[in-house]
Amino acid sequence: MTKAPRKLNPKSKDTPLLASYGMTKSFGDLVANQDINFSIYPGELHALLGENGAGKSTFIKMAYGLLQPDQGYLEWRGERITVTNPQQARAMGIGMVFQHFSLFEALTVAENIALALPPDFTRQKLSQMIKTKSAEYGIPLNPDSIIADLSVGQQQRVEIVRCLLQNPSLLIMDEPTSVLTPQETDQLFQVLKRLAKQGCAVLFISHKLDEIKQLTTRATILRGGIKVAEVKTKDQSTRQLAELMIGAKVKEIGTLSTPKSSKTLFSVSGLSRSAEGPFDIALKDISFSVKAGEILGIAGIAGNGQSELMAALTGEWRPASAAGVNKIMIGAADMTPLVPAARRRAGLAFIPEERNGHAAVPSMTLSENALLTGYDQADVVRRGIINHDNTLAMARHISKTFDVRQPSDDPLASSLSGGNLQKFVVGREIIKSPQVLIVSQPTWGVDIGATQFIRTAMANLAKQGSAVIMISQDLEEIFQIAHHIAVLNNGQLSETLKVDDVTPEHIGLLMGESPTRSGKARSGKARVSS
Amino acid sequence: MIILQKRKDIPTYLTIAVPIIAILITVLAGGIIFALLGYPPLAALYEFFIAPLSRPDQVGNLLVKACPLIIISTGLIFCYRANVWNIGAEGQLILGAMGAGWVALSFPEAESPFMIVAMAVMAMLAGALWGAIPGLLKIRFKASEILVSLMLTYIAIFLVDWTVRSPWRDPLAFGFPLTKAYPDAGLIPVMSLPGIGRLGQLHWGVPVAFLVAICGWFYLTRSLGGYQIKLMGDAPRAGRFAGFNQGRVTMFVMMVSGGLAGLAGMIEVSANIGMLQPQISFGYGFTAIIVAFLARLNPLAAIAAGLVVALAELGGDTAQISMRIPKVVTGIFNGILLFMLLAGETLTHYRIVWVGVTEKANIEKASIEKANIKKDGASHG
Repeated sequence: MTKAPRKLNPKSKDTPLLASYGMTKSFGDLVANQDINFSIYPGELHALLGENGAGKSTFIKMAYGLLQPDQGYLEWRGERITVTNPQQARAMGIGMVFQHFSLFEALTVAENIALALPPDFTRQKLSQMIKTKSAEYGIPLNPDSIIADLSVGQQQRVEIVRCLLQNPSLLIMDEPTSVLTPQETDQLFQVLKRLAKQGCAVLFISHKLDEIKQLTTRATILRGGIKVAEVKTKDQSTRQLAELMIGAKVKEIGTLSTPKSSKTLFSVSGLSRSAEGPFDIALKDISFSVKAGEILGIAGIAGNGQSELMAALTGEWRPASAAGVNKIMIGAADMTPLVPAARRRAGLAFIPEERNGHAAVPSMTLSENALLTGYDQADVVRRGIINHDNTLAMARHISKTFDVRQPSDDPLASSLSGGNLQKFVVGREIIKSPQVLIVSQPTWGVDIGATQFIRTAMANLAKQGSAVIMISQDLEEIFQIAHHIAVLNNGQLSETLKVDDVTPEHIGLLMGESPTRSGKARSGKARVSS
Repeated sequence: MIILQKRKDIPTYLTIAVPIIAILITVLAGGIIFALLGYPPLAALYEFFIAPLSRPDQVGNLLVKACPLIIISTGLIFCYRANVWNIGAEGQLILGAMGAGWVALSFPEAESPFMIVAMAVMAMLAGALWGAIPGLLKIRFKASEILVSLMLTYIAIFLVDWTVRSPWRDPLAFGFPLTKAYPDAGLIPVMSLPGIGRLGQLHWGVPVAFLVAICGWFYLTRSLGGYQIKLMGDAPRAGRFAGFNQGRVTMFVMMVSGGLAGLAGMIEVSANIGMLQPQISFGYGFTAIIVAFLARLNPLAAIAAGLVVALAELGGDTAQISMRIPKVVTGIFNGILLFMLLAGETLTHYRIVWVGVTEKANIEKASIEKANIKKDGASHG
């Protein structure tokens, strides 16, 4: 244990607040962090940048006392220390806001904060402190609100205020903007900048390059567990940052072609669905249509009905009676009563957002995963018996065409990285050249290389005359490849707009409009990064 | 805190060494227990492991004992692979025996070889229907199949008891609760092996058991039906996404395991007893659950696992008879053996890791997130 910094060690601008030397951490054969030297100074806005699996989380977990390094050590204000647990880290002055909030939804703001603090505050005093502290940073919070009633952005504020009440000198934010609207992101950045001005260092973990350029002054870039660069962010273009991050040239996705055809391929009209469970979002009168050759992006913050909409489109959920206005059509054929397999035969293909256990089965091999949506294709299953050679050939073909890097010939899906498994899942559907592809969060938790690959594949599918419906939280993604955009907010879908005619700010407003119990980010929480 | 962590690569030597070590530990622990209770440990161990294999007719009896275990556990493996927890095979076995008995007693004059086929079909039908009840209640009302299938076992036990005491009792049985003897056409004959002749009580049910296990293995590994079963067990959400019907799979595996348990009941009665009586099974339906897990839910391995468990039971019987070791002591010994084998199985596939308090928080967080995924999956039912 280290005591509070001694006076003879002056807090000068030249001594790093936190520094690491030769930090190394392995999990089995995997070296998650190798020889990482890092430093952050008081009042600095510092970015930790890297792809999924680059070792960012491992590093901050060591700094926060959740993991212990195999080699190397930390220095706090110039003194060598060992952080054995998060309590110690907090006592030293390190605050951390996790990507997945650790709040109890049924409790109030004050109760949640009280749980994290030493028990020497009275409730009233605490409420007063929450009000003062949150007002001071321009993020007002009502201490008596129930967490479940707050939007995701507000929940994040609770986490931040919880940290601020302990007067941290270093605040670590792990992918904080992944659940925020553009406006909420701006507000967050203002708070972080104000904190930095007051001398608090902020370590900002992200893979969103624009945000890093906008917010931070310096960036440490990790790749494959190794620190590859430390740069001043203003000297680098986002493209240069991306290339440092992935270690290769970033390929541009070709410019969008405008669809020539005007034939409507897929349409949904009057789709409504009542909430079945306490955490479900009801869908209200959703209508949209997509033409051949067109990509429609459906934007919105997680937990606004995306998974409910996806289940209705795949046929995993179907309306109890065929009556009413509820209609899902492909061309002139009514899909509404059909099960997923029948919809697939009619020319639809689906990619749900959750790879593990929904779009793919981690405990099964790739060939068995190829079978998941391919079992009614010719030559794969005959008289109920699976032709293993043909399924394997199918899996190999997908892997080859979609550049799926795999450790062996027919590995378990769980042995693939998130990006490679996603390429496989996307490839499995696109290779069938479906008339209509419906995809949810196609690049969530996927590295940049795979992201570009998947977006290109979807754009090419549209070029060949298919219609693509892409539900995505990532506005950048929608603006990159979609022709049209609509916003899903609290189970309602906005009108469809041309992407060329709207600004991200406009979409942000649509995303945040009347957030009545919206934005619970269930799916955001339920995901495990892969 | 201790956690079990899945091993990535399992070295071959481990898969061979672990069962041997497990048996050695059992022998050691068993020997100590026998010695403490005043029985000569070596002689007792001989009765357990060697005596049941020392004569050819004993080997035959071992196979006979393993026969119902193999058949029932094959069916149970279908259920457990689909994440359906049928533990009522005992009741399904009894219902199968009653179904076959009804055919046998209805045609006392029959001589046709089809008699035995009809009995087998009826047994499977009756067992499947008894298995269908928990399946249906699970689908329709989300009733726990564990509770329903177990409770139905007690109903079956009292049903057969009542039947042989009242409507089906042989009036000439001097008041004993027995039915009439089955006609010869309703009995399974003892096998006569070419060149060897009879091998104890070895009967034609044994090759049927091997065939059942092989077919079960083929179905699970090679057919689309087996794929659906594994899919529903591993990732039900992916199964629905693929377009399969979870209720249908549940019904199918419950009826297959019920039907196979019923078949085992019919074979047990027709080969060994020849009539219905209050007690038909000696807990085969429950022991088969252990066999299924010992076989790591693989029907082919269930043959070997069935033989091991049968050996332990048979050895216990011999030790009771020849050395007067009480039944509870042989039970303890069998318990140690199965425990060691299952523990060895687990330790082959998982390693024990000691975790400090700090890492514990991490693991708990990850498991909460995993649970959320499952919840999320379930809410889309």
